Amino acid sequence: MKFIDEFRDGEVAKSLSQAIFAEAVPGREYRFMEFCGGHTHAIARYGIMDLLPPGVRLIHGPGCPVCVLPIGQIDVAMAVARDHGAILCTYADVMRVPASRRESLLQVKAAGADVRMVYSIHDALTVARENPNREVVFFAIGFETTTPPTAAGIRAAAEAGLTNFSVFCSHVLTPSAIQSILESPDVRALGAVDIDGFIGPSHVSIVIGSRPYEFFAEEYEKPVVIAGFEPLDVMQSVLMLIRQVNEGRCEVENEFHRAVTRLGNAKAQGLVAEVFELARAFEWRGLGIVPYSSLRIRERYRQFDAQYRFPIRYHAVADHKGCECGAILRGAKQPKDCRLFGTACVPENPMGSCMVSSEGACAAHYTYGRYRMAPTTQAPRTAVNS
Amino acid sequence: MCLAVPMKVEQLMPDDLAVVELDGVRKVVSLALVDDVKEGDYVIVHVGFALTRLDPEEAAKTLALFSEISATITPGIIPGTEAKGV
Amino acid sequence: MDKARTRRHARTLDLRRGRIDMNHGSGGRATAQLIEELFLVAFDNERLRRMDDHAELAMPVGKMVVATDGHVISPLFFPGGDIGSLSVHGTINDVAMAGAVPLYLTVGFILEEGFPLSDLKKIVDSMAAAARAARVQIVAGDTKVVERGKGDGIFITTTGVGVVDEALNIHADQAQPTDCVLVSGTIGDHGVAIMSLREHLTFGTDIVSDTAALHDLVAHMVRAVPQIHCLRDPTRGGLATALNELADLSGVGIRIQEAAIPIRPEVKAACELLGLDPLYIANEGKLIAICARAQAQDLLTAMRAHPLGAQAAIIGEVVADPHAFVEMETAFGGRRVVDWLMGDPLPRIC
Repeated sequence: MKFIDEFRDGEVAKSLSQAIFAEAVPGREYRFMEFCGGHTHAIARYGIMDLLPPGVRLIHGPGCPVCVLPIGQIDVAMAVARDHGAILCTYADVMRVPASRRESLLQVKAAGADVRMVYSIHDALTVARENPNREVVFFAIGFETTTPPTAAGIRAAAEAGLTNFSVFCSHVLTPSAIQSILESPDVRALGAVDIDGFIGPSHVSIVIGSRPYEFFAEEYEKPVVIAGFEPLDVMQSVLMLIRQVNEGRCEVENEFHRAVTRLGNAKAQGLVAEVFELARAFEWRGLGIVPYSSLRIRERYRQFDAQYRFPIRYHAVADHKGCECGAILRGAKQPKDCRLFGTACVPENPMGSCMVSSEGACAAHYTYGRYRMAPTTQAPRTAVNS
Repeated sequence: MCLAVPMKVEQLMPDDLAVVELDGVRKVVSLALVDDVKEGDYVIVHVGFALTRLDPEEAAKTLALFSEISATITPGIIPGTEAKGV
Repeated sequence: MDKARTRRHARTLDLRRGRIDMNHGSGGRATAQLIEELFLVAFDNERLRRMDDHAELAMPVGKMVVATDGHVISPLFFPGGDIGSLSVHGTINDVAMAGAVPLYLTVGFILEEGFPLSDLKKIVDSMAAAARAARVQIVAGDTKVVERGKGDGIFITTTGVGVVDEALNIHADQAQPTDCVLVSGTIGDHGVAIMSLREHLTFGTDIVSDTAALHDLVAHMVRAVPQIHCLRDPTRGGLATALNELADLSGVGIRIQEAAIPIRPEVKAACELLGLDPLYIANEGKLIAICARAQAQDLLTAMRAHPLGAQAAIIGEVVADPHAFVEMETAFGGRRVVDWLMGDPLPRIC
């Protein structure tokens, strides 16, 4: 597969690994946070940790939109289908997340609600066209990568004059997520963690460009390297971050320059600005309320806003008392620090969304990394006898 | 939010749509978010939309950088780079 | 068909435009007509023609093997096959995984009121062709009809009976450390062929289900290496699930190499696109074999000599591991655990 396989080359990986070992200062810890579901997945799927020195720690930040989606939002989406008879179209990722009463959209579907998995907002528009006598609601989740498609979909609905289609908007903004990690007093009280640098998200950056990260590099003096989504991209970016840290630099570097520019995709940004505006506050699961961190549909497209079409209201729902998803999302704790991990909370019975989404830190660790927890007959991997 | 795949534009279609292809798998996606895409270009596809053109020259530069790094490394000299068994 | 019987029915079944109705399941004339004009014609053999509610079997020397499956697949027709051929192959394969020769099948139909007879005929003909090609007789059956809305068109249950040589000892708990793990061909074909038809996930591909009867391949394999330890067909849940089952039941660990696993480029690409892991995608014409290391090359040679094993490969080995983990060395060079499947593999965006 062109532009894919070359970036997964195992031989090149060995060289990059050697370069990282050579440049990482022995005995020094490097803590880099990634906040992109694709990166969490790549790190786990390819076993990238096996190729890095033990001093390099990759922390999973709030990069999985399903993980930061509060239970209350899913409840609202559920209500639209279950109580108001609408056809709810949703991405598959969110279907297994347990909401209030430990019920997921998948279970509500099994009980008879019309919940349909779609790959794209186009599919939801098709459902709306094919079912003119039913209300169709698209559950729009995601960071900036997925927001332009939603905007394009709403514009298409307007142009087609659809009268039975609306969007339940739960789009959130990446820079707000980063800032809340670095800044909020709440976060400090609950236990923020020292981070030496950020691995910038791949596809969010295609849309927003590298410019928004310049603020973080300057203001908080943390290096940022925007990384592509293939494993060699991630490793190269780790190398670039190590170099920045060693040299005391705090710059925004772009490893993913085959797709990301400084200004990003202006056309997509324009479309988003036309359809959406900043919402004043949004509750993030695990991070609490973060101001100006999410989007809502503008007044001129109000007829496509599910919150106006349906008598639905958001109610905050607290997580299980023992659930450490919040701390894990902020990088303050690891899955094994949660007393529910691996016992009450397992992929087939997730207590929080870090376990239900395969990008969640807990699910990724349970599925791919658990092996490292179990004592084995092999000696632990070190730089000398790997 | 990152499941996005580079695919080749095989055929432009009306209504800002295009047929894209990856190793024999084809899909119709929207070009509403991009400009000036031609047949033969590669685009990054996410939830049914092309997000951007993938620049082959920039891709080549990235790959060249990787090879440069491997050229400067002597295997085995650095701890941790010995051959690994399973 | 003798004349006395055919005269019993005033009109023959309208196999082009007719539909199943509640009468067909009542056990009376309508049922008899369905059996005579559709099932008997397709499955025709001496035992079936006797129209008993049972069949007497002639069993060759050896251990008797029996297996049963329910088939509820949707869509019913897909590139490379249909629920009919799938059900016949599936049960033949279950029997074959004991190293047995499949001999007889029974088939139970649960039909939904309104199901088109033309579809039923296609499915039944497909079953007959699959059974004939495998030299297996369909010797007994049953038909029930449920009301509209209470069944997904058609459900099929097949039970297979076969015989295995006394000397063979092929079971899921026989894997031992240092054994080799082999797979008979490319993975993920069937599951991706099905997903390509699922609503809202259509994409044009040439991927075709790999549904096939594996008993002949197995016969070649046990001839070459009678001391095969394990055979398993990785259907629902894919290669990963089957390997985990074998590891668990044998109380061993399994280590596989991603680079060694055969997979078609289009299947790989389709999985990329949907965010699916090919290790968990269903296969319907592939098998996993575990044998002693010393015999792995011989087994591989025997498999590759057979059309259904042309792309067979050694993909890993069995190790001592009290946790019975399946671990994979990725093509990239790192390692990861390959766990049991959790729920249905759903495509993801993230």
